[in-house]
Amino acid sequence: MDQILGNIGLLIEFPVVNLAIIIEGLMIGALFALAAYGLALVWGVMNVKNLAQGDFVIAGGYVSWWLVNNIGMHPLLGVPVAFVVMWGIGWATYKLVISRVIERDLFTSLLATFGLAIMMAQIMNLMFGSDTQSLTLDMPVLEFADGFIQLPMAKVLGVLMASALALGVVLFMKNSRMGQAIRATAQDARAARVLGIDTEKVYAFTFSLNSAICGAAGAIIVMVWVIQPFYGITYSIRAFVVVTAAGLGNLPGVIAAGLGIGAAEQYGGHIFGIGYQQAIAVIILLLVLIVRLLQQRRNRQVLQ
Amino acid sequence: MLQTYKNNPKPFLHGVLLIFIIVAPFWFPNFTTQLATLWLFIIVAMTWDMTGGQMGYNSLGNIFFYGTGMYAAAVFAISLVYDVGDYTSAFGGGRFDFTDQQYFTGFIFGSLFAGFFCAISAFIVGYLTFGLRGPYFAIGTLGVAIAAGELVSNWEWVGGGQGIVLPVYPGDLDDGKIFIYYAFAITGVVLFTFLNWLYKTRFGAAMNAIRDDEEKAEAMGIHTLRYKLITWAMAAFFVGIVGGISAFQLISFEPLETAYQTINLGIFMVVCVLLGGKGTLWGPIIGAILFHVIKEVTWSYFLGWQWVALGFLIVVTVVYFQDGLMGWLKTKKPEWFGIRVDQKEFEAAE
Repeated sequence: MDQILGNIGLLIEFPVVNLAIIIEGLMIGALFALAAYGLALVWGVMNVKNLAQGDFVIAGGYVSWWLVNNIGMHPLLGVPVAFVVMWGIGWATYKLVISRVIERDLFTSLLATFGLAIMMAQIMNLMFGSDTQSLTLDMPVLEFADGFIQLPMAKVLGVLMASALALGVVLFMKNSRMGQAIRATAQDARAARVLGIDTEKVYAFTFSLNSAICGAAGAIIVMVWVIQPFYGITYSIRAFVVVTAAGLGNLPGVIAAGLGIGAAEQYGGHIFGIGYQQAIAVIILLLVLIVRLLQQRRNRQVLQ
Repeated sequence: MLQTYKNNPKPFLHGVLLIFIIVAPFWFPNFTTQLATLWLFIIVAMTWDMTGGQMGYNSLGNIFFYGTGMYAAAVFAISLVYDVGDYTSAFGGGRFDFTDQQYFTGFIFGSLFAGFFCAISAFIVGYLTFGLRGPYFAIGTLGVAIAAGELVSNWEWVGGGQGIVLPVYPGDLDDGKIFIYYAFAITGVVLFTFLNWLYKTRFGAAMNAIRDDEEKAEAMGIHTLRYKLITWAMAAFFVGIVGGISAFQLISFEPLETAYQTINLGIFMVVCVLLGGKGTLWGPIIGAILFHVIKEVTWSYFLGWQWVALGFLIVVTVVYFQDGLMGWLKTKKPEWFGIRVDQKEFEAAE
């Protein structure tokens, strides 16, 4: 308890520490927002809740890590390569598993993707070992405010790449024919079929796109933080928190919620200790669910 | 004798089964621990089916009660004799002896206390989560289990990430295994008898009504929240008890991998139920036996890849075989379940 109060006191005494925490949180949050955007896409278009989301992120990170270590590729190239490789893995996953659970009830998709998550985490564990891995970029670290705020250029670059990717996907969804077809399918799959859209193709494309976005996010994460085969579930949970808090098809909401959760986690980790960081992500999810519940309870009329 | 058997085979079959349950540890002395684990699977599968199969609320967080039961029983048993903080900070070292009487009182009352403690926590958690429907309920309960594991692993009073070391069984080690087996078996038989009765009552009918259409059930005057809470509390009671027994079986346990093992037992119980058939009395039992056998085979023959094989099994079960064995039998042999199919009508429909 004293330690917690002491940590809070530190934040008040040195306001610049707050700024450092917020910047760090926003940078992590940008990557959460990316994974969450993919989840919202799949959730909205084909009503599949993908619990393997975080494992796609980690898999993308390992694709980049493996190529850099084995064929000496430049880490920055890992982002587009992971995008392409994970596109293929996502497509195969769709054909083998996801295409068979779309029409079923929601719990089926949840459980099937949970099984998938266990499988992917274990395969990565067997292939790459259970150590944490990362790639280092030779980039300078900028310092502000007497060294209180450290801004590694690698992280800035990572955030810029995440933003560029998000912008690209948004423009694609707005302007291309496929993007239009995806949005039409999300609105009403039956009507889209009647109007001649091949929804099966749209579903396959959407899921592959989601997987590719996750893969690229993972390739960025391996450059600026660390990955480990079993970290997937935390990214899945954060993606769920973001989507549940922001709602589907609400892109500004997803970005805001992603950044907010990143910052909240950093604050929590700073105040309660680093061991609580994952617990905080989960507790935020529960709080979001309960707040939503209370909001809806007000609208609901029940027998008393 | 034969005539009465033909008229009503059920009591006879149950009797044979009960005798088998009682003699099993002596019949297969090398497999006592295996059989005890099988009971654990059967019990958690049956309790999961109470909410998941009969009431339509698919929880992914029932493991929360297992872990909480473990800790509740351990803390209760220790606190009867020693100060919990001193005990856990020694991590099994130091002089903390338990007499026979202290061990057994701790075991029995600790497990029962764990049951009641979990039932009460089910009321609290359920009150917060039962407004959630479908996948939100599953994710919410999963979140509760993960959060609990993380919080307990940071709670130094109960041993933090290192967990708790409990006293070993006083006396012969093999006797201890048989003792644990019977503790599980008694809980399982009581649970089976209880569910066998419960599913035939009005209460069971109300549970099924909630599963089939919650809005209509509410409109018919069923206070759905109350039914949901009581059902979950009953399930949690039994999971808490087996959690307590497991704590004494494993002797030493830690929060993330053993107590709140979200991706092991937490998901296994769901797979057991799906393998056997949701919403039936025998489905979870048959599913648990099937799953346990498959698990042991993959563990011995696919060493290293066993987890991949299990994940694969989950995906295949969920995607291709979701009605389970009982559901499959029901479509093949409906007369076994007392469902009469009018052949003429059936052919006309074809």
